[in-house]
Amino acid sequence: MSDHGEIEQHEREHHIVSPWIYLAILCALLVGTAATVWASYVDMGEWHIAPGLVIFWNPILALAIACTKATLVVLFFMHVKYATKLTKLTVGAGFFTFLVLVGMTFADYISRAWGRW
Amino acid sequence: MSDSHATATGAEAAVHHQHPPYQRHHFETYAQQNDATNFAMWLFLLTEVMFFGGLFTAYMLYRNWYYPAFVAGSHQLSIPLGFGNTLLLILSSFTMAMGVWSAEMKKKGLLVFFLICTFILGSGFLGIKSIEYKEKIEKHHVPGFHYSLQSFLNPDSDEAAKAAGDKPMAPDMARHTEVYFSLYFAMTGMHALHMIIGIGILGFMIFRAQAGAYTTGHVTFVENFGLYWHFVDIVWIFLFPLLYLISRH
Repeated sequence: MSDHGEIEQHEREHHIVSPWIYLAILCALLVGTAATVWASYVDMGEWHIAPGLVIFWNPILALAIACTKATLVVLFFMHVKYATKLTKLTVGAGFFTFLVLVGMTFADYISRAWGRW
Repeated sequence: MSDSHATATGAEAAVHHQHPPYQRHHFETYAQQNDATNFAMWLFLLTEVMFFGGLFTAYMLYRNWYYPAFVAGSHQLSIPLGFGNTLLLILSSFTMAMGVWSAEMKKKGLLVFFLICTFILGSGFLGIKSIEYKEKIEKHHVPGFHYSLQSFLNPDSDEAAKAAGDKPMAPDMARHTEVYFSLYFAMTGMHALHMIIGIGILGFMIFRAQAGAYTTGHVTFVENFGLYWHFVDIVWIFLFPLLYLISRH
């Protein structure tokens, strides 16, 4: 019982993130912001998967950069990297559920026979 | 165990008072209390993710339908102002993170300094946002009875549209720029509302921090407010490219 208590205690020790890590993340976020503005001026072209189904690379890249920045904020500024397993699981499950909801909405949307009835 | 005050022998009272005054009695340790509160904060933030997520989903569907209108609408926004605002918010997230660090290190002066920095940067964001809104109101780009299609039907009459090289749009597509601006105001407006609430709480926190409330080892409030502030930053990280940077090439 006391062993168990000690392990729990150790797991829950409050982790203080160093200012240097915050500074590094700040720099990464600034670079990402500059990159996303720069990338928006470059024509990345498009990918014709099927008739009527085209993927444009510009918004994909913009979203990829935004997701990377958001992940950095969540992991370091919001301390999820140093959080309990419960918090990690909750955050992961929350974003996963969000993606499922959006994914199902779009799966419905693109699989309709638009204009064919 | 029975109620503590009913059997408050000397030994039990000593055990009872081992924890700091800010630790609630039903938690074993302060760390446990802090984790529980962080967990609750994250649950709240996840409801916020779903809330903003609905707006983003609406944005993506309409953008797919009325892409030319979204491009023309986006050309009405100023990249320098949007870029500047992104920098302000990212910097404010950094100062907020440093505020949390100061609270953890029990540095009262630094904590107050970083909270004030965050307050100023957040207010600067809202200031720039209000300049942008003012311009939209003047150009009748706010959805409603006074909405004007002029910038889209006759782009040469509009500086921003002309600079972006916009071609005159067919009236039925130009009409849909109103959808773009509806989403623009709904999303940036909800984001700005979150900022206003955050700045209000920051003002309160600055006074409490000066009184030494957060440098006793009880950092939960500062930490959880930090989570909220960073979340608002994340929303903007997505809003900026999606609203400002559509098809600039």
